[in-house]
Amino acid sequence: MAARLAGKTMSEAAEPEMPTHALNAGKPAAPMVRLSAVSKSYWRGGEQLTVLNNLSLEVAAGDFIALMGPSGSGKSTLLNLVAGIDRADTGQVEVAGVDLATLDEGALADWRAANVGFIFQFYNLLPVLNAIENVELPLLLTGLHADARRTRARQVLGLVGLADRLDHRPGELSGGQQQRVAIARAVVADPRLIVADEPTGDLDRAAGADVLALLGRLNEGLGTTILMVTHDQHAARAARRVLTLDKGVLVDSAGG
Amino acid sequence: MLPVRSLPAMHALRNLRARWVTSLLTAGGMALVVFVFTAIRMVGAGIEATLVATGEADNLFIISDGAETEVQSTLARDQASIVMARPEVARDQAGRPLASRELVVLISLPQRDGARPANVTLRGMEAQGRTLRPRVRLLAGRWFNPGAAEVVTGRSIAARFDGAGLGETLRFAGRDWRVTGVVDGGGTAFDSEVWGDLDAFMQAWRREAYSLTLMRLASPGPEAAFRRILASDPRLRIDVQSEAEFYARQSRSVRLFFDVLGWVLSLVFSLAAIIGAMLTMYASVAARTAEVGTLRAMGFRRDAIFLSFLVESLALGSIGGVVGVLAAALLGFVSVSTLNWQTFSEISFRLTITSEIATSAILFAVVMGLLGGALPALRAARLDILAALRAS
Repeated sequence: MAARLAGKTMSEAAEPEMPTHALNAGKPAAPMVRLSAVSKSYWRGGEQLTVLNNLSLEVAAGDFIALMGPSGSGKSTLLNLVAGIDRADTGQVEVAGVDLATLDEGALADWRAANVGFIFQFYNLLPVLNAIENVELPLLLTGLHADARRTRARQVLGLVGLADRLDHRPGELSGGQQQRVAIARAVVADPRLIVADEPTGDLDRAAGADVLALLGRLNEGLGTTILMVTHDQHAARAARRVLTLDKGVLVDSAGG
Repeated sequence: MLPVRSLPAMHALRNLRARWVTSLLTAGGMALVVFVFTAIRMVGAGIEATLVATGEADNLFIISDGAETEVQSTLARDQASIVMARPEVARDQAGRPLASRELVVLISLPQRDGARPANVTLRGMEAQGRTLRPRVRLLAGRWFNPGAAEVVTGRSIAARFDGAGLGETLRFAGRDWRVTGVVDGGGTAFDSEVWGDLDAFMQAWRREAYSLTLMRLASPGPEAAFRRILASDPRLRIDVQSEAEFYARQSRSVRLFFDVLGWVLSLVFSLAAIIGAMLTMYASVAARTAEVGTLRAMGFRRDAIFLSFLVESLALGSIGGVVGVLAAALLGFVSVSTLNWQTFSEISFRLTITSEIATSAILFAVVMGLLGGALPALRAARLDILAALRAS
């Protein structure tokens, strides 16, 4: 992605050369995410709670999906399964052509490092590291040399409009700026998939709109597949498709 | 299996700095243990260094067979004469044997600071005794005269004991002894002795036998042959060893005692320091649970998380170790005295830090850090990703 992002602002990146895994518009794309009859339940207080119930779903590569639904509907669980930080009880979760059930814990960690970028509601930046060091973190899991890591992190922070905040620690940044650092961290290792859990949930409307616009540009410009959980209808409108879950089943699918 | 892709050590160090108060207290606890450990072992090393420095490598030390110390030794006059008459013994320009018959006794003297009286070694010697100890030099005054009730005192004795200063008078063996000089033993045990004339001391204590004979061979080297010659003489019941070896042997049990004391005390104290480090690290894990979840989600494996927290506690231990050793090293500027229970006399010495003591103290601290950090690091590594992320 260094080559893809080098020397561009995010708006320029909206019309890039075609990324290796980008959605190839006009051609049938292989699904980035395929869930087949997935069920997941938890035990709580001696009672079994079914969170996902025989759910099947396909997300094309390069799509931008908003997952909506009431609390407890299973949208975060769905996100976690797709991101490889939780496992389905039954059914198959296939992401980027890999059946995640076939990976042991270590392999799954490596797979996440190579394929998934995370954006959290509360940013989850490491408070003792500054912006560029936070963005460099996922690159520690690659074979990149320190200089190359630093160069790439600087480029990506420039793309999210924080070129002048490289040395600022999270505590010295606004919520919107922190989330932009988190987005830079999520994309810096060139993942195929970005999972975002309420990325605007802790932001005011203006900062939220800024973050959503950034995600939209990432999706359009770089073809990165995005799955976003949100309660916010306004946020959902930034997505190409909105999937609504209720009681662990998909109840609606609509264009964004 | 892929190699561990670890978080940079800088991350661990910054976490320590971010919680600097608890980090400081924890490292301070470890530093205290290391200080105690180092200081106690420095006492042993200081006594050893002093005693080892006391013996001249070329001097031979002849005491009665079976005696462990000079005070215990009884060397009959005829036996001393037989030894000194041997042709292997070096001679001075006047043809006199380069040997000194000596009497060593312990007396109790009052201390200047009012502390209870302490034992002091008195050494009566012949004139050659000074020649055989070239490192001992007169600091002030003059040497004692033969046959006179005069003494010179080591500088430590002169400073600490009542009546032991230059021009003062010591009272022992039923008479007064004028202090005519103060000597510098060059950091040896002679700093803690009182020297006088052999004949004067023999008369004062009505002794018929000496404690030892100190001598030098005409040509260095055939020491073993000389020992064999003396051992084959049925009239002699003596033990011959080099002066350096004699003092080194005296120091061994003292050194061992302080080494063992240092380890035992430090092991006991270290339990508290380890528990302190453990609590600090558990608190760190609790405060950074969401961070662990985030790192694990990103793809950092459990071993990377484990190492990250372990590096933090090892850093705590290392900081504590270095600080403790540096603080203890300052004690090297202080001269103290204690009872040498090998001779039951006071010995003045400087606490001595050796590279072995410093290295083992820092390693000790690192092990404390390791033990204090292992369980919390394991707990962090075993955190469930989802549960950890919920902590945010």
